[in-house]
Amino acid sequence: MSSASLSLSRDDRPILIAALFILVILVAGTVYTFARFGSAPLLSPTYLLQQLQIGAFLGIVAAGMMMVILIAQIDLSVPWTLAAAAMMATSIGGPLAIPVGLGVGLLVGLVNGIGVAYLRVPSMIFTLGVNAVMRGLMVAHTGGYAPQTGATDLMRMLAGDRTLGIPNALFVWIAVSVLVTIVLQRTTLGRYVYAIGNKEAAAYLAGVDTRRITVVCFVLCGLAAALAGVLLAGYSTKAYQGMGDAYLLPSIAAVVIGGTNILGGRGRYLGTLIGVVLIVLLNSVLSIMDMPEAGRQVIYGLVIIFMLLVYGRGERVTS
Amino acid sequence: MLDDVAIRIRQNIGIVTAVLLFSILYLLYNLAHPKGFSSAVLVQNGDEIFALAMLAMAQTVPVLASGLDLSVGAVMTMVGCFASYLLTGAAGGAALHLDIFGLHLGLGTFPGGVSGILLGIVICLAIGALAGFVNGCVVVYGRIQPIIATLATGAIYIGIALFLRPTPGGKIDEDLNWALTNSLGDFAATVHIFDDGAAQWFAPVAWIPVPFVLLVLIALLVWVPFRRSVIGRAVYAVGSAEGAAYMSGLPIERAKIAAFTLAGFFAGCGGLFLAIQTSSGNADIPQAGAYTLNSIASVVIGGTSLLGGTGSAIGSIFGAMILRVISFFFRIFDIAPLLQPLFEGLILLAAVSIGALGVLRVKNTLELFR
Repeated sequence: MSSASLSLSRDDRPILIAALFILVILVAGTVYTFARFGSAPLLSPTYLLQQLQIGAFLGIVAAGMMMVILIAQIDLSVPWTLAAAAMMATSIGGPLAIPVGLGVGLLVGLVNGIGVAYLRVPSMIFTLGVNAVMRGLMVAHTGGYAPQTGATDLMRMLAGDRTLGIPNALFVWIAVSVLVTIVLQRTTLGRYVYAIGNKEAAAYLAGVDTRRITVVCFVLCGLAAALAGVLLAGYSTKAYQGMGDAYLLPSIAAVVIGGTNILGGRGRYLGTLIGVVLIVLLNSVLSIMDMPEAGRQVIYGLVIIFMLLVYGRGERVTS
Repeated sequence: MLDDVAIRIRQNIGIVTAVLLFSILYLLYNLAHPKGFSSAVLVQNGDEIFALAMLAMAQTVPVLASGLDLSVGAVMTMVGCFASYLLTGAAGGAALHLDIFGLHLGLGTFPGGVSGILLGIVICLAIGALAGFVNGCVVVYGRIQPIIATLATGAIYIGIALFLRPTPGGKIDEDLNWALTNSLGDFAATVHIFDDGAAQWFAPVAWIPVPFVLLVLIALLVWVPFRRSVIGRAVYAVGSAEGAAYMSGLPIERAKIAAFTLAGFFAGCGGLFLAIQTSSGNADIPQAGAYTLNSIASVVIGGTSLLGGTGSAIGSIFGAMILRVISFFFRIFDIAPLLQPLFEGLILLAAVSIGALGVLRVKNTLELFR
């Protein structure tokens, strides 16, 4: 280990290594495309911006997921919160579409938070049940078919259009990122979140209303999932069944690859950001390589294990 | 004596509740079913329950060691895909080959007939156990949190399953399918024992469905000895207080690896049965995910704490059966298929919330934070 990495803090090392790995992916992908097609699409700004636009949805989900993971919980209700927000937003339509969509997320987050914080049901199982209920509600609402209603112009504008050549979805992602960073680093709420993740009993004894903070974190996660759903509906011009299924595991993976401890209490938002970019770029390089789904899954799993072996190892239990 | 029983019931209140709930639900189901209390209904239910019951058992073992195995569904799917190549039972054996990186490698001929099928079953179960062993090694020697380690290995196993079966297919020996998914009488008739199942003494048990027999056998021959072994006790100890278990000199690393290996074995049993039942291998990712999540739900309903240390795989079997019986009810009462997911979710939420109402009685809030 060089002295440079020694001087890095425990939370910065994963971020640096993940960033280096992104470079490795870019270089490997470029070498491949250059050898095969004689071009380097991965390095063109247009292509990268397009990838980031797709990554924005995952990025927003991951930002919410991180709030929950930091307090040592998990939210498995993300897939159908996302889909329900999108479906409700498109079926209401008009100027109320986005507020209603976000309202769905807020409500789901509130239910999750109350179940986990006040009933003390393990989040793993409670959010799983809420996910099933949301799925049930949406299946009953849509009759199991793709809803016929389309996204409103504002949703399409936010997710699909560009301003000054930069996708609007990217601006939304940046706004969410700035907000989360400020909350985590500059507010008492952020301090409480880390405190609860480290030791809830200690935080409680220090006078933190840990249960209220837990509810707030779940509400933020629900809101983030709903926002991603509304944007995704705008991007694909409509909502569809199972649109959130592809976001649950990658969002958890992105948070963890970014150096956030799955047991809570440790991790920086910048890491989550890097984790999302890593996953999105990995996916796009694999699709350029025409990798079949089987190979993608294997590589995906190997990358997570490899990254965690490098910097995510727990401490040996000795007492 | 009576006090003793009372204490035992209080210690196992989760399992007792699950067993009672299942008995009531299943009794009501049979009363409401036009052909209730018949062997045919029992056989059908057994076939539908077995795979989930195995996955619930699989999930229980790591949960007891306060880990979580998100790869059980993937292991089940992968083993099923292997089975669809190895259990064809073709008379002359089946030629196996491997197409990878543009190479076409012949792997020789896998034997057919009865010996081939038995060998295939052993290999499939060994693959499941091996997958679990790998999970355990990643968790113990890699020191990666189980939930995220198995998330990653699960992706790898699903990848292997997809490589084996990009599209659903393959074949399972028809006799094997018939023998294992029907009643004991049919089993005896297929494998030609007990006068093809017509023996006098055999008649009283001939109606019992084979899946239930297998379930009981696996529970008695694998789970119970494991539970009573040193390693099994160490699994419980690790789940309730890892530090204390370490200080007591228990083999915590071996216990964790054993827990994941056993989980892989159980998941492999589930996958093997699912492949035999459907006569094909299918790398169905949503199905694998649904089974994993349902296995966690079964474990919780069956009275095992997700924090580890208390509970039992037997309880989880009942948890899985409760989940399945609830879906049987939808068929009986003709509930619109569109409303079924909603009811499933509401029942799950209600079950865990009622179980959690005890927190309202806790006087010292500090006791909540464990």
